[in-house]
Amino acid sequence: MDTAIVNELDNVVVRFSGDSGDGMQLTGTLFSNLSAILGNEISTFPDFPSEIRAPQGTVGGVSGFQVHLGSSKIYTPGDDADVMVIMNPAALKVNAKSIKRGGVLIFDTDSFEKSDFDKAGFKTENPFAELSISETVQLIPVPLSSLTQKSLEGLGFDNKTVLRSKNMFALGLVCWLFNRPIDKAVSFLEVKFKKKQDLLSANIKVLTDGFNYGSNLHLTLSTFQVDKSTNIDKGTYTSISGNKATAWGLIAAAEKAGLQLFLGGYPITPATDIMQELSLYKNLGVKVVQAEDEIAGITTSLGAAFAGCLAATNTSGPGLALKSEAIGLAVMAELPIVIIDVMRGGPSTGMPTKTEQTDLLQALYGRNGESPVVVMAASTPADCFHFTYMASKIALEYMTPVILLTDAFIGNGTSLWKLPKMAQLPSILPNYTNKDAEKVNVTSRDEVSKVRYWSIPGVEGLGHRNGGLEKDYNTGAISTDALNHAKMVATREEKVNNVANILPDVQVEGDSTAELLVIGWGGTHGHLMSAVTNLNARGEKVALAHFNYINPLPQNTKEIISKYKKVIVCELNSGQFASYLRTKVPGVEYLQFNKVQGQPFTVTELEECFSSLLK
Amino acid sequence: METTNIQYTAKDFKSDQYVRWCPGCGDHAVLNSLQKVLADLAIPPHQTAIISGIGCSSRLPYYVTSYGFHTIHGRGAAVATGVKVANPKLSVWQITGDGDCLAIGGNHFIHSVRRNVDINVLLFNNQIYGLTKGQYSPTTKKGFVTKSSPFGTVERPFRPAELTFGARGTFFARFLDVDLKVAQSVMTAAAKHKGTSVIESLVNCIIFNNGAHGWLAEKENRPDRTIVLEHGKPMIFGKERNKGLVLEGMTLKVVTIGEDGVAESDILIHDAHAQDSTIQLKLALMEGPEMPIAMGVIREVEDETYDAAVEAQITEEQAKAKIKTFDELVATCEQWEM
Repeated sequence: MDTAIVNELDNVVVRFSGDSGDGMQLTGTLFSNLSAILGNEISTFPDFPSEIRAPQGTVGGVSGFQVHLGSSKIYTPGDDADVMVIMNPAALKVNAKSIKRGGVLIFDTDSFEKSDFDKAGFKTENPFAELSISETVQLIPVPLSSLTQKSLEGLGFDNKTVLRSKNMFALGLVCWLFNRPIDKAVSFLEVKFKKKQDLLSANIKVLTDGFNYGSNLHLTLSTFQVDKSTNIDKGTYTSISGNKATAWGLIAAAEKAGLQLFLGGYPITPATDIMQELSLYKNLGVKVVQAEDEIAGITTSLGAAFAGCLAATNTSGPGLALKSEAIGLAVMAELPIVIIDVMRGGPSTGMPTKTEQTDLLQALYGRNGESPVVVMAASTPADCFHFTYMASKIALEYMTPVILLTDAFIGNGTSLWKLPKMAQLPSILPNYTNKDAEKVNVTSRDEVSKVRYWSIPGVEGLGHRNGGLEKDYNTGAISTDALNHAKMVATREEKVNNVANILPDVQVEGDSTAELLVIGWGGTHGHLMSAVTNLNARGEKVALAHFNYINPLPQNTKEIISKYKKVIVCELNSGQFASYLRTKVPGVEYLQFNKVQGQPFTVTELEECFSSLLK
Repeated sequence: METTNIQYTAKDFKSDQYVRWCPGCGDHAVLNSLQKVLADLAIPPHQTAIISGIGCSSRLPYYVTSYGFHTIHGRGAAVATGVKVANPKLSVWQITGDGDCLAIGGNHFIHSVRRNVDINVLLFNNQIYGLTKGQYSPTTKKGFVTKSSPFGTVERPFRPAELTFGARGTFFARFLDVDLKVAQSVMTAAAKHKGTSVIESLVNCIIFNNGAHGWLAEKENRPDRTIVLEHGKPMIFGKERNKGLVLEGMTLKVVTIGEDGVAESDILIHDAHAQDSTIQLKLALMEGPEMPIAMGVIREVEDETYDAAVEAQITEEQAKAKIKTFDELVATCEQWEM
């Protein structure tokens, strides 16, 4: 029998899952990059175990990687998988609920023995029946371990190396399943194992044998065909994670502004990657201080801002709480600083590796006194670059702290990123003190924008005393005068509000005649847009307004929101943006769809919700 | 620290702000000494950054012509670290008090000392919270009655020297607010030292803890109750300059020259540059009335500074780097046309 049947699909979700040591991240990354090179759109999400080294074969040690590939616009890593590669029973147990009905499940029979079932906590020796999926999915048993051993037999590799290569057998098999030529995978491996020639040859051999196994043994399985995406903006692309894109956004902004980049940070899940990424670039002059705590992370950075750097700090919810007082100082001292909060499940330590949008109100209001800051949010892994760049531009041009909210989902996930060119990025022009100006002091400002002038230490004649005490509007000296304080409070607020002048309008995507407007912000764009696109394809009248600028809001916000019969605000918290909108754009009945489970939305649950509202 | 040939006077460092400390506060003298030292060292005011936290002493930046930053409680050390790392050319001074530095800011203090950031920490130790009107601080003597310890404190105080040494400090010095000569020599040495220079300034709070250091400060008794240490010189003190320190076993002991067969040559020579801090720590921890309180530069050893190390790593990587711009960085991505 030949595998003549080919499933032509618009998009497919593939998940690789196994033990932490099984190389699932590499397998997944190679497969998704390979698909991208062949013209698919991709979106990926890694799912690491929270334990660093959980016992082998246990549920706690399962590591997964999901990729969503398509021939049309892909917005999310996908809900449930069409194809799953499962390396052991523990991985099966963790993922069984996320495979589609009728999906393909390839598993390593060599790791499905009695002892493996015990470790994974199965009670019987038929885990598929135990999980009630034996009838609903196509099970493809493949003895991955022994086939890999056979593939490398007699080539002089030790058993450990042999077994570690079984992920390449799986990759080869999946490449066959998706009609992916493996030569590109080979060239990726050549880069990855440049310095380990023997490992390289082992991996290539196993990969090739895995591919051939699929085609030669005529697996009773139809293959998949996902065509090139035709509607993508033409250009040169790579695949990038949100945290890396954030780090690169800072690098680009510093270069554009002609400033040194300084990051004061402290390790915190899921934001640490930003600090680690930046610490690589001494060659670009990036200064990273791994501080003694979160407070020192931002205060070293504030010192650097005072001294004339593009200053930033990276953190997550608990760290943002610790930085509150220093953000207040940045408000009062009117210094530029970018605070990146990669949000995770809270409160307190909460669920550090899981995603949520529960820090919005903390970012907006979590300080003493009247202390407005600019609050923004990125919405995809790749656009973390753009919004970090814009956060830096706004901080420097408006002399204000800017809080940029990303989250664990987009921070760790990857998406396609069209490579930017420095020359095409918007200008960044800090509001420096004119050296020839008459008397300038610490509160001297542009009377239109209300932006204070920035005098940088080391320049003769511009010395000044800044600080957290209220200052006189005219002289910059400390002041407790009642009306002066009121004026300063209003001035700082006006300055932040003026940022709206340079913000793009919020766009409405989807059906232009929609009855239902979905409102979202930040990292949920992919799921919301997928749901809206799917519903539009079925003729349902729904549209999406997705916000990246939260304080201030884009100038057309009220006009947009007021136009629709029904408005629903969807967010991964209990309704924080909805309550903010009720204050900023009152008079609208805001429905809410909220999820606080540490998980992203699923497209399915969103579609069901929106559909029911349209009935 | 960049210096020039321009002749400055203390006046060049006096800002137009009215000094608001209480009349008789020890801080006035320290401020004057600092302005004098900055002028004498010919560090231009625009190359000077003065960073403080919160407390009476932390008001100091307002009074000095420089780039000043009055930050938040306890965080001065971290802000100063950021300033110095961002621009190592600046002469950076951290102004702090016993509450700011050792209570709320204790963590930043030990870590800036551990990193050996090239900043000068002027620690105003009056053993009390003055700005909040009289609560005990981490250096208040045990049993002392304050507004928050009406029955006397039950806490053991910190000894700033011990913390500095414990954090591997490379410079520790002490002076008494009223002793301008020692104050200026110590600040000068601190400014010249590469690394975190911790200067404990024993200052009087005339309102809430008047006379805390009074038994030392009285001019008449000062020579007997303090010893001003100088590197390479014998540890001699006293009105008659006839008392000295010797080691008896592992313990420092006061002896009188000319008595019990003690000659001047028996007196210990102060070695502030010794890497081994054993004797320096003993000197720093001497307590009265049996022993004199040590003043002057007690420890001053060389080690790499954090800011210089950061700079050196960048210089080294930039020298060999092929990727020097963002566009070149982007070009290193695995990339494909779509």
